Amino acid sequence: MNGNSLPFFQQPLLKTPFHERARALCQVDSFVPWAGYTTVDVFTTVEQEYFAIRNSATLYDLTPMVKYRISGPDALRYLNRLVTRDVARIRPGRVGYCVWCNDSGHLIDDGTIFCLAEGEYRLCTAERQLDWLLDSALGFVVQIEEVTEHIAALALQGPTSCAVLKRLGLSGIERLKPFDIGHFQSGADALMISRTGFTGDLGYELWMDPAAAETLWDALMAAGGTRGVRPIGSQALNMARIEAGFLLPKLDFVSAERTLRTGRDRSPLELGLAWLVDFGKGHFTGRRSLLQEQQRGATRQLVGLDIEGNKPAHHALLYAEHARDHEVGSVMSATWSPTCKRNIALAMLAAPHFRTGSTVWADIYLNRELVWERRIARAVVVERPFYAPERRRVTPPADF
Amino acid sequence: MSAATPASRYDVLVIGAGHNGLVCAAYLARAGRKVLVLEAAAGVGGAAATHEFVPGFRVSSGAHLLHLMPESLARELALERHGLEFAATQLPTVALFRERAPLVLGPGAPSGLSGPDGAAYLEYRAMMARFGATLQPLFERAPPRLGTSALADRMGLLRLGWQIRRLGRPRMRELLRIGAMNVYDLLQEHFSDPGLQGALAFDAVLGTNFGPRSPGTVLTLLCRLAAQGASGAGGLMLPRGGLGAVSAALAGAVTAAGAEIRTSAPVARILVQDDRACGVCLRSGEQIGARSVVSSADPKSTLLGLLGAEHLDTGFVRRVHHLRSRGLSAKLHLALKGLPQFRAVPAAQQGGRLLIAPSMDYLERAFNSSKYGEYSASPAMEIIVPSLHDPALAPRGAQVLSAIVQYLPYQIGGGWDRGRQPCIETLIATLEDHAPGISSLVAGAELLTPQDIEQRFHIHGGHWHHGELAFDQFFMVRPVPGATQYSTPMAGLYLCGAGTHPGGGVMGYAGRNAARRILGLRRAA
Repeated sequence: MNGNSLPFFQQPLLKTPFHERARALCQVDSFVPWAGYTTVDVFTTVEQEYFAIRNSATLYDLTPMVKYRISGPDALRYLNRLVTRDVARIRPGRVGYCVWCNDSGHLIDDGTIFCLAEGEYRLCTAERQLDWLLDSALGFVVQIEEVTEHIAALALQGPTSCAVLKRLGLSGIERLKPFDIGHFQSGADALMISRTGFTGDLGYELWMDPAAAETLWDALMAAGGTRGVRPIGSQALNMARIEAGFLLPKLDFVSAERTLRTGRDRSPLELGLAWLVDFGKGHFTGRRSLLQEQQRGATRQLVGLDIEGNKPAHHALLYAEHARDHEVGSVMSATWSPTCKRNIALAMLAAPHFRTGSTVWADIYLNRELVWERRIARAVVVERPFYAPERRRVTPPADF
Repeated sequence: MSAATPASRYDVLVIGAGHNGLVCAAYLARAGRKVLVLEAAAGVGGAAATHEFVPGFRVSSGAHLLHLMPESLARELALERHGLEFAATQLPTVALFRERAPLVLGPGAPSGLSGPDGAAYLEYRAMMARFGATLQPLFERAPPRLGTSALADRMGLLRLGWQIRRLGRPRMRELLRIGAMNVYDLLQEHFSDPGLQGALAFDAVLGTNFGPRSPGTVLTLLCRLAAQGASGAGGLMLPRGGLGAVSAALAGAVTAAGAEIRTSAPVARILVQDDRACGVCLRSGEQIGARSVVSSADPKSTLLGLLGAEHLDTGFVRRVHHLRSRGLSAKLHLALKGLPQFRAVPAAQQGGRLLIAPSMDYLERAFNSSKYGEYSASPAMEIIVPSLHDPALAPRGAQVLSAIVQYLPYQIGGGWDRGRQPCIETLIATLEDHAPGISSLVAGAELLTPQDIEQRFHIHGGHWHHGELAFDQFFMVRPVPGATQYSTPMAGLYLCGAGTHPGGGVMGYAGRNAARRILGLRRAA
């Protein structure tokens, strides 16, 4: 039976153009749904994949990332009214991280804007946003088109990623600066590469025609050689992105368009993204609410925590330093950071406990052979990112 | 946005010289503000105007009776001193039928009713008048906001509750019971005469996108009665010279208070600086600065057109965009070579307000067609022959007929260009049923469809309330959440037109409330 004739809730998950290659390499058969696609959670073991990110090169299938083509004479004005940062500063051939809010200044989603040419943009988001994007287009001459299925995407991340691309014959790749976009030819296939990623390490994202997907995957795996190219799943990536201090929707915030309970939505100021909010660029959705919030002062903030011990503080409630029965927040994302050798977390803390250097107590629950134990661990508020190697910025990258 | 903003030569610019714009300007100027009214058309009045549609024949362009404007407003602005006169007052309502004698509903006892309906009518009229009087104070001020802790908002809600409670328990229960009902059910409860039901239901659906069975039609009826109750003893009044005379008197009050009015000065856009409305740019390119801008244009034209979505948040724009603002009422104007004779209507009542709404089912069927982009072959109408009272409107011996027609959709299959003439013929044929021979008297005809109303009066969608008067667009959420109490999300920009509380009809409440609100805000600042 043709899947497309079924109602949407009965349709099987879509397969990305890399699916056959991924399935063949996924030893533990661990797949999870992502934006309507089935994607790999773990290929072999999380630890092996994590260390590959930090020590060699890794391939991660980004195809389910939702992509919109935004073009037309008002594209720049439209995007500037949509997102909180000044898009005019993202010149052609550059990428910018951005967030957008609803009227009350609460985060709907974050994403990246690719300026492909004057008046020609691509917006990549974790979740589908067409409804909001189209409503935001009222009064603007702009075309918005979802192009997710027309573009296959791979993230090649890790210290040897540049070397792998050079071995693939992409001359000039080393000249790409962070957030640059370049166009290359791999064999017969055209390839757009941006020096972007979600690992906080040296890395690239590769954008191509789905028809070229498998050829490119094979070429990259073959080009690895001693530089080591290994596919990774979402779990290992999650460890790396916590180290890099990046946020993930549904884990660190819930889109304001999806929260049901009052007070569950979050503003960019609360999420530590004030640097992305440009009050001086003109009006954007949520600006008046955010200005008011800024004047009131933050009542809570997402911060980094350095927690004593080595037990990840998953979902831990946090208590005040001098009043251990006074709850002041909770952990959003947590992991043991093998590279930093620190027990780290992203946590939402109430004022005034979110100030850097403050101490709180984390209430950590551990399941040890089906017996639950409790640890009260001291946690200190620290600056993010936890891990930011110099190589992520150096151009040209060193030949690891 | 221009880099250099013109200096603020005025305290307030009022966009649109419709009656609400003029009322607002008059009150602001009387309080000492330096005010300029900008009107796109060559004359004042907006849809409350009188125009010549056939050489020698003049008629009220939109509304053709004055019966909703509060007496206090006419008194405060001294409209009579500024030239407002009435050609007739206390006009009776005459329901026309094909097969029976007309029914006359005037200020006194009804005639043409038999059986228990006569007594029931008097009881019903008294009850509804009482309910209207209970709700009328709501029209006098900005509605309270929900979800705030401001004292004024809480007091507003308390006041509303107290007004309803003061009715006494049985009447309060009855008001709360019928408040959200449809008028069809209400009138079925009270009367058995379909003719009486049709005539009374007509008032509930006039100017709306509702049939008698639509929810919320008791609300629209109560709103009309509330305004009518406070309009003084004149009842249905016919201003001498048509509704344009009301606007002329208002314009007189505006200039007497020291404000200026510029006609033929269409506004192209509202200027913004530092996230605050700071003036307007005319279509001629001229820029005029002001400390505040008040728009009597409809919310969509003001916010999405003149201001622009780029200055507003997406969620708010979405709400304004979804505002239901398509009109369904049209105006028919006939130049008649002689006096039409409405069958079985006594001479004294030929000049009354004549209704073709013989039953609620007739109205509902007429409404049904409109849902499918058609107009009914049997439309409902409110007809007056104003030249009977005001002969100057037509050449000697000739007459003018003005009718509000329900329901003519904004868009019809095949388009209005092709549909206009057949529609006029249908309407004249309907009139012919009640006034035999009228078609041979027609020397000229004009039909203003909702599209024409939109274009001629710059009302987005052509709805005379600038947005449907329904529970979800009423009182504290009118026109939309985020733009209530006559303010908008843009600092320094206010609304004062029919799109705001309490809605359209030639009332002036919106203009007066907005002026009070702006003056109050200024005091607080």
